[in-house]
Amino acid sequence: MNLRTYIQILTLFSGLSLMSIGGGNTVLPEMHLKAVNDYNWMADSQFADIFAISQAAPGPSILIVTLVGYKAGLGAVPAEWAQVGGVAGAILATAAMMIPAGILVYLVARVWESAKESSFRKAVEKGFAPLTVGLVLASAYVMSRTADHDWRAYLLTGVCTLIFVFTKVNPLVVVGVAGVLGWLGVV
Amino acid sequence: MSESATVQGSGGGATGGKVSLLTLALAFNHIAVASFGGGLSAWSREVVVVQKKWMTDEEFLSAVTMCRILPGANQVNLAVFVGNKMAGVPGALAAIVGLTFVPVLIVLAMGYGYFTFHHVPALQDILRGAAAAAVALTFAMAIKTGKKCLGGPMPVVLFAAIFLLNGVLRWHLLPCLALLAPVSLLWGWPRGQKRKS
Repeated sequence: MNLRTYIQILTLFSGLSLMSIGGGNTVLPEMHLKAVNDYNWMADSQFADIFAISQAAPGPSILIVTLVGYKAGLGAVPAEWAQVGGVAGAILATAAMMIPAGILVYLVARVWESAKESSFRKAVEKGFAPLTVGLVLASAYVMSRTADHDWRAYLLTGVCTLIFVFTKVNPLVVVGVAGVLGWLGVV
Repeated sequence: MSESATVQGSGGGATGGKVSLLTLALAFNHIAVASFGGGLSAWSREVVVVQKKWMTDEEFLSAVTMCRILPGANQVNLAVFVGNKMAGVPGALAAIVGLTFVPVLIVLAMGYGYFTFHHVPALQDILRGAAAAAVALTFAMAIKTGKKCLGGPMPVVLFAAIFLLNGVLRWHLLPCLALLAPVSLLWGWPRGQKRKS
């Protein structure tokens, strides 16, 4: 077994975890550089493909690290143990990407909870609310430009928005129906 | 008196009371799995604020922005934040596990297929439709939360400015906040006595 690969997985992703200010996607270029050029875990096109796979899967988009760790682990052990080595690499990479940043959030959250009455907290809760709404609208806008390819997709987004705002229909039903429409080739 | 046996869940307002780890893990699993077309933030609000009433909108929105400023994947950070609020460190861990366990299994299954059979699973059509609806859920979140906190000219200016900078001009988050956060904090700072005007 090539222990060095696992140490590289651990150090790379725990480092990226603390560097990813503004979200996981900000460190994608650095991750690409290390995984493809420095460590030769995979080819350039494979990195692009697993990025697409991780975006398609549910859950946090940062799960591309699971697949990078998986591929690195596949090559770190004898061939008959490849899947075991791959899954070990996947779990190690995922944990390394989440835990350091998670500890930082935990520390901030503790201070936050103990500062319920502070003026600063009140200022943040009141003052940041409009900024957050603006950022949410910005991400909806940016997402719509990549997700909606033609007028039918925009129409679907528009109709779904109206349903979400004006009715109490379970959103999952709406997303499911939209998925079926996509499957049928309507959008 | 037998009123001590409080039922968890839909009490009025935001409850900071104890929630079982399983409840937390299942709630975040629900968020993760429901978001198969994207829109994780909107799903988080749908579950944490609307269904479970664990946080108020104000509390949730400030947590979202803090989790974006801090390093780490935004949604994982939010799980830590909410989990810790509801049940301390075990709660944070339960929320992370809930958020990632099923998605990791799915992504691994897809990765196994990809690296073994060399082709990307053909889910593109379903996802195209689901993504259009997930975008809609995010738009709806902006509309619903905006209705609550965009009263008055100053919030509208802050809202419009960061939307333009981050969404249209595609500035990174940090310069946007460096410019606008001081203004919004100054505006939001509680004043000793109400001004008459």
